[in-house]
Amino acid sequence: MFAGFMLHTWLVATVVALVAGVVGLFVVVRGSAFAAHALPLGAFPGAAAATLLRLPPGVGLAAFALLGVAGIARLGRRGARDVATALTLVTLLGLGALCLSLTSEYSAAIYALLFGQVLGISARDVVVTFALGAVALAAAALLYRPLLLSSVSPDLAAAQGIAQGRMDLWFLGLLALATVMTLPVVGALLVFSLLVGPPAAARAVAGRPLAATFLSAGIALAIAWAAIALAYVSNWPVGFFVGTLGAAAYAAGRGAAAWRSRRARQAVAGAA
Amino acid sequence: MREPGLQTSDPGGEGALALEVEDLRAVLGGRPVLNGVSFALEAGRFCGLIGSNGAGKTTLLRTILGLQAPAGGTVRIGAGPAAGPRRGPPAVGYVPQRVLLDPDLPLRARDLVALGLDGHRAGLPLPSPARRRQVDEMLAAVGAEAFADQRVGRLSGGQQQRVLIAHALVRRPPLLLLDEPLSSLDPGSAAEIVALLGRLAAVQRVAILLSAHDINPLLGEMDRVVYLARGRAASGPVAEVVRGDVLSDLYGHHVDVLRVHGRVLVVVAPGGDVPDPAGHATVVGGREA
Repeated sequence: MFAGFMLHTWLVATVVALVAGVVGLFVVVRGSAFAAHALPLGAFPGAAAATLLRLPPGVGLAAFALLGVAGIARLGRRGARDVATALTLVTLLGLGALCLSLTSEYSAAIYALLFGQVLGISARDVVVTFALGAVALAAAALLYRPLLLSSVSPDLAAAQGIAQGRMDLWFLGLLALATVMTLPVVGALLVFSLLVGPPAAARAVAGRPLAATFLSAGIALAIAWAAIALAYVSNWPVGFFVGTLGAAAYAAGRGAAAWRSRRARQAVAGAA
Repeated sequence: MREPGLQTSDPGGEGALALEVEDLRAVLGGRPVLNGVSFALEAGRFCGLIGSNGAGKTTLLRTILGLQAPAGGTVRIGAGPAAGPRRGPPAVGYVPQRVLLDPDLPLRARDLVALGLDGHRAGLPLPSPARRRQVDEMLAAVGAEAFADQRVGRLSGGQQQRVLIAHALVRRPPLLLLDEPLSSLDPGSAAEIVALLGRLAAVQRVAILLSAHDINPLLGEMDRVVYLARGRAASGPVAEVVRGDVLSDLYGHHVDVLRVHGRVLVVVAPGGDVPDPAGHATVVGGREA
């Protein structure tokens, strides 16, 4: 599994996991798991549309992800955020159904986009992923404090001159970037698990924002690597391993936190 | 009331104005909420902003903060220019109404206070000794050292209120606004927070404007009051404002201020256009200051 043709896979998975782990922490702190679910699913039909127009699938993914951001941000401005997200998602899925019905050939590429594809990653894919990953991580670092404060409490952020609407747009943009990068590797159905499982586990264990961020990236990395290794050995889809390992990480994080708080209570009781 | 030269010649000194509101008008959803509200607040004053629900307390605070554009009039903060579109964060500390903090937030009390210091800045919150010292000082000033390293979402209501006050004050603004900070606290915690605010006003020389629908918990600590009704305000020392003739004038019909056994009861008779949806007498009472 460490053969030359797998090198690209390891490289891409590493970048994708780091970005998903970092962006995912904001997804969880912001309570935006539904948006993190809707954007990848809504972006996926973009690949079908691109196939129809004889464009690279990545272009379609990016275009549909941006449509998703615009829809959620524009419609969600009046507060009905869940409804806006759902409407955007069903519109994009509807477009995708149309595009898929218009393409006569059943594309293996589209199947791969749904469930993930770890083989056949070209050198150009690696370069693009590294460039997008660098942009995403730099943006997350730059926006870190305002984004964190606006995720903790929009009112507190507004009092410091941080406009909620603008932060929403930045957050969704970051989420779209992470989606477009992550989707080809783990598949549209499971981007969500890489964006939510690791940060949910990390925040159960780490009580500080930066520690939780790094831990989330670390857990995402461990899951991505383990999933690829297991997929290689077993020949099962990588998405299966990402999904189950993500859920397992969350359960382990919860368990560790519960165990720690029980120990703390016992220590208090013992001292009294 | 104000001596024009004071705020520039003696900016943090005795009697320096921290806030000056002049003929302020505000509209909310097409409805006029504030109709020419004027008052001033000196550094180190602890002022209650009293009014019933819908009297415009939150609108007034948000307008002072610059979150809502006034329909007319001016707001002047510290020795600075009148409020308007401005760059960067405003020099006002603010504790909003009902801040809901998720118990699972990976955020300690001290992290939230640090975000008050530099949450608007770009970049990662890397540790720095100067930052840590400022945060530690503020945590000590509000009596939050004991739970500084606990997750902020898991603290009690009173503890969270202390942390939010530290978050709002850590940049040492000349003015602190609090929107109904006592509404979700039990009487004991409310009394502790009011005492803390009284101390902070005196020690840090910050002017404090706290909104409440009940004047009761504030008496004894606050030294100024702004009474809001029908879009207008009556303001001044408590003993000069909480009087039958002043409040009758504000409400536009007869109001009695009763002093019974050292307590003050403000009784607004039903009728008129007093914003009282229930239609019965509004009683706002408390111990005389």
